Parts: sequence; C-alpha cells; structure tokens
Amino acid sequence: MQNPYVPYPVRIDAIDVATEDKSLKTFRFSFLDPEDEKKFNYQAGQFAELSVPGQGEIPIGIASSPTEKGFLMFTVFKTGKVTNWLHEMQPGDIMGIRGPLGKGYPWDTLVGKNILIVGGGFAFTTLRSSIKMILEPENRSKFGTLDVVYGARTPGMLLYTDELTAWEKRDDIHMHITVDGTDDPAWNYHTGFVPALTEKVAPAASDDTYAIVCGPPVMIKFTLPVLEKLGYSHDHIIMSLENRMKCGIGMCGRCNIGTERVCMDGPVFTLAEINLTPSEF
Amino acid sequence: MKVIKIDKNIWAGGIDSLRSGYRLFGPVMQGDAHEYKELTSDETPDMAYTNTRLSPKSVVFPQSEPMFTYSLDENNPEHHILKDAPKDYSPRAVIGMRPCDAKALSLVRMNFDTEEYRDPFWMNSYDATTFVGLACDSPCETCFCTSAGCGPYHEEGFDVLLSDCGDAYEAKALTEKGEKLLAAAGWTAEGDASVFEPKKAEAEAKIVCKVESSNLRGKNSLDLYDAPFWKELSFACINCGTCTYACPTCWCFDIQDENKGTEGVRMRNWDSCMTSLFTLHGSGHNPRDQKHQRFRQRFMHKLKYFVDKYDKGLMCVGCGRCVQQCPANIDIRTICNKMNGYEAAS
Repeated sequence: MQNPYVPYPVRIDAIDVATEDKSLKTFRFSFLDPEDEKKFNYQAGQFAELSVPGQGEIPIGIASSPTEKGFLMFTVFKTGKVTNWLHEMQPGDIMGIRGPLGKGYPWDTLVGKNILIVGGGFAFTTLRSSIKMILEPENRSKFGTLDVVYGARTPGMLLYTDELTAWEKRDDIHMHITVDGTDDPAWNYHTGFVPALTEKVAPAASDDTYAIVCGPPVMIKFTLPVLEKLGYSHDHIIMSLENRMKCGIGMCGRCNIGTERVCMDGPVFTLAEINLTPSEF
Repeated sequence: MKVIKIDKNIWAGGIDSLRSGYRLFGPVMQGDAHEYKELTSDETPDMAYTNTRLSPKSVVFPQSEPMFTYSLDENNPEHHILKDAPKDYSPRAVIGMRPCDAKALSLVRMNFDTEEYRDPFWMNSYDATTFVGLACDSPCETCFCTSAGCGPYHEEGFDVLLSDCGDAYEAKALTEKGEKLLAAAGWTAEGDASVFEPKKAEAEAKIVCKVESSNLRGKNSLDLYDAPFWKELSFACINCGTCTYACPTCWCFDIQDENKGTEGVRMRNWDSCMTSLFTLHGSGHNPRDQKHQRFRQRFMHKLKYFVDKYDKGLMCVGCGRCVQQCPANIDIRTICNKMNGYEAAS
C-alpha cells in the first residue's frame, strides 16, 4: 500500500487574486508527473492537503471540477503560517498535493434530484466545483432544477465573478446572488443576508429536493431554521464541515465530532447525521 | 503452545545472544523512575521494576519522529520534493513489557491499520517488533486492568509471556515470532505450562481496584456528553496533558516541518487534546476552547466514542499511570464509574 502521507509533486501554474481585499487567492496546479493526475480521481466536495515543504500542510476544499482536466484549482484564505507563505509563492514554484481526501457530496443520491446550493463567503469553493460539474453538457440532464443562493459581504468579496456572470445568463441554473450591503449604484442583484434570501427563493421542499449548505457558522446557524421552516427534512440538508485537521486520513485524532472523523467520515454529512453527534465544529 | 524454562543464570547470556539479531528495548532505571529505552550493549532489562512512568508506546510510535526529508535549495534538481526519512525497521524486541501496555498497542493498532489507509511508520515499527511480556505478580495499587479488559497475565499483543518463578522464568511462546526469539536466545529447556493458571489467579486476586463500565455501550452518547458533571469533574484539571503522554492508548499526533538552512524534515510529534491549539480553526473559531470541553473529549473518546466505534471495550487498559501522575488528582476510575452510572433526566 502506498504511503498515504506522500503528496503528489505539483507546480503552481497560475495565481489569481480572488477578492478585492486580496485575502483570497486562487491557485492552479499541474502535476509534475502527468500519470499522477489519473490517480488523483476526485469528486466535487472532497478536499486535499496542500503540502508546502518547509512550511507544512493545510486541508483545503477542491475548487476545480472533476470534469476539468489538466489542472487542480484551490482558493485559499490567507490566515496562518502555511497560507501566508502560499500567498507569497509564484507561478513555477514546486510543492505537493495529498489527496483526494474525505467524502464528497453524495452524488449517487443526488442524481435525478433538484438541488438547492446555499453558500456564503469563501466556503463557495467546493460549491463552485459542484456547480461546474453539474452544468457540464454530459451531466446537466442527470439532475433536476439547480438553484444557487450565494452571498458575500460586498460585491468585491464574491468569488469566481466571471463564472457567476456567465451562469446568470443560463436558463438551466437559477442564480440568487446577494451581498450584505453595497453603495455601488450599479449593483443589480440582491442585498441582505443569505438566510433571508433563501427563504424567498428556495424551491419547494420535496422528497426530490436536496439542499447543500456550506458557509460560515453564523450563516449556517440562521439558514438551517429557514430550511426546516420550508419543510426540508434533515436527511435532505447536506453540509460540509471544516474542523482543524493534520493527517486528513483519520489517524491524528483532532477533527472528530463524537465517533465521526470529519476528514474520513465527512467532511460532508447530512443534518440528520450531525444531529446524532455532539456538534463540536 | 510451547513453554520454555529460562534459568536466571542463563538469562543475561541469552539477552546477549539476542543483541546480534535484534535492537533490544527494555525497562531501565533513569533517574528516579524506570523508563523503556533502547538498551546499550552493556545494559540488561531491569526485570524487578513495577511499572514505567511512560509506556513503551514510544518503541512503535516515537514522541518525535521524522517522516520525510526535503531540500529547499533550488539548485537541487529535486528541491521541494519529499523523500523518505531514513528508517531502521530491522528486527527489534521489547523485553519485559507489561500486559496492559501490549494490549494498549493492540487497541491503538485499530487506528493506524484501517481498511482505507495503513500508517506505514506505526505499522512498520510494530511489525518489526517482537513483544516479550512480563506478567505482573505484584501490581500497583492504582492498577485496575482486570476491569478494563486486561489483566496481569493477559496475553493479547505478546509474542512471548514470561512469568517470574523465582530462580527461573517460565516463557510461553505465543507466536512464531516469539518462538524464533526464544531460539535465538538459546533458551530451549522444556518448561512447565501448569504454573501459569494458578499464578494468574493469584495475581488477579491482588487487583482489588475495579471500574464499572458495563453500561457504557448502552448509554446515549449525547446524554453523556450533556451530563451535568463535566465542569465539576474538570474543575481541578490544569490541561497539562500529562495523562495524554503517559497513556499507552493515546495516539494523537501533530505534523510539523522543521528547517535548518536549506534542508528540512517533516516530523510527527505526539500531540494532546488537552491544548486549545489542538482544535483551533484557521478562522479563530475553536469548537473546544474551554477546559471542560477538552477534558470531556478525552474521557468521552476513551470510554464512549471508542467503545461505540469498535465494540472492543474501553480505550483504557487500567495501567493507572494517569491516576498516579495527574498533578490535580483526577482519577479516570471515578470518571468511568460516574459515566457508567449516569442516568439522564427524562
């Protein structure tokens, strides 16, 4: 069995500043050995350890879609030792990626279903992966309606704005973009918080409709009651958790919530599953 | 199952014979306490010890262990590529290990040897080791192994179990690995298998301290989590982490890169759920930022989550180290009994 702590060597191909405050950057990587790309077989919702020799490793959700070939994409918030270093790295630099890790969104269950995606802030990364994957011509017909509620503090804090604009124009996805507030007179989308907008635009709850919720704790706290009020059952509300991790493979012992290890048994759980655990996240 | 008699006058000679084929580890006096260490060529294990301050888990899972090396020098064609750290997985043997510590490694193995992943560092060390146990005829007063799924003559995890019979050891070979070690030491005299049962009964009778754990499996995890006693029980705890380092079943670790000039090593180090950094998120949010939450995590993990997850009993073998060494006198036996007896108000 391969040593699960060994990352695949990768090269940074491109770095883009993702938000107006420059706290997030989007990195595109390619594998040094093209054979490694085939081994890195992932699903939307999974994460990987970005491994910077000399600095350490960080678990980050995969923002590219499994249908996008030739590169992996991650959007990283600058916050600690490794991410501060990463933000100073340059295209051409060599580092490692270890994964894919964890369980992605339950695509086997979601096939044929209507999907409501509710995202906030920089947790939108694996949601971007999911939307991109669903919208591929070969996949779109496998799913029902697709609604996306996405909020950020300001227009400049929205991620992937070029894609958001393109998705806006399509009729096979309903985009509901909001910001907490803005004084930009040209802003012609919503203002206000995600939970309130969700209440207005969410598709009717049914056995065939699932909500995927990913965002900061405060957004989740106020969105869950809205979904419950709309009639979404707990096993139709899917969440992705973000506990602190080191190994990413269930061994180092820090990301557990009760018996569940967020890295291995998650990071994706239904609300019904989370309700059975002490909610230490 | 073969039983070999080892006269004590050929014991040291046999240990010497083992040195050419094994790296030997055993209990030796270090300052004011016994510790397990790798034996130098002039050291023999001190078999008169009661127990060591730290468990021999470090033989398999060192407190600090290099995983990989790397170069940060961009003139090196393989810079920033991790290389396997040099390792010595040649045969090694722990001589004189207590049954609780061997059982502990069997429990910890379930964490490192899983369907999905196998931790190569832990497993390679474990597989390279022959475990020679020494049954406990004089347990400490803090020992409660017999009610923690273990016992003074417990054989789980051993390749050989020795029983001290005065001027000789009776050695029970439990695995092929164990037979191989006995042969390599030149110990071949036929022993007396009948000594084990009565000595076992006698030793077990000396362990008077018990914990009650039979109800834990059936308890609702969230009821226990929400039980009102956690703040009170953790009041004296100073979150020093001594219990986690001393515990033979604690396995949590951290991974850190350490650089010196343009060379570096990715290390893994023992970590402790008693520190708030252990769970601190990048955002600053911390799901266990309070002392009683970390305290609860430790005992819930050992006495409930592990019990539920594996159905192999407690993640505690009753060695008593945490009871002896806690500077605040926190006693896992009290906590286990309290959890076992807890009835949530309906």
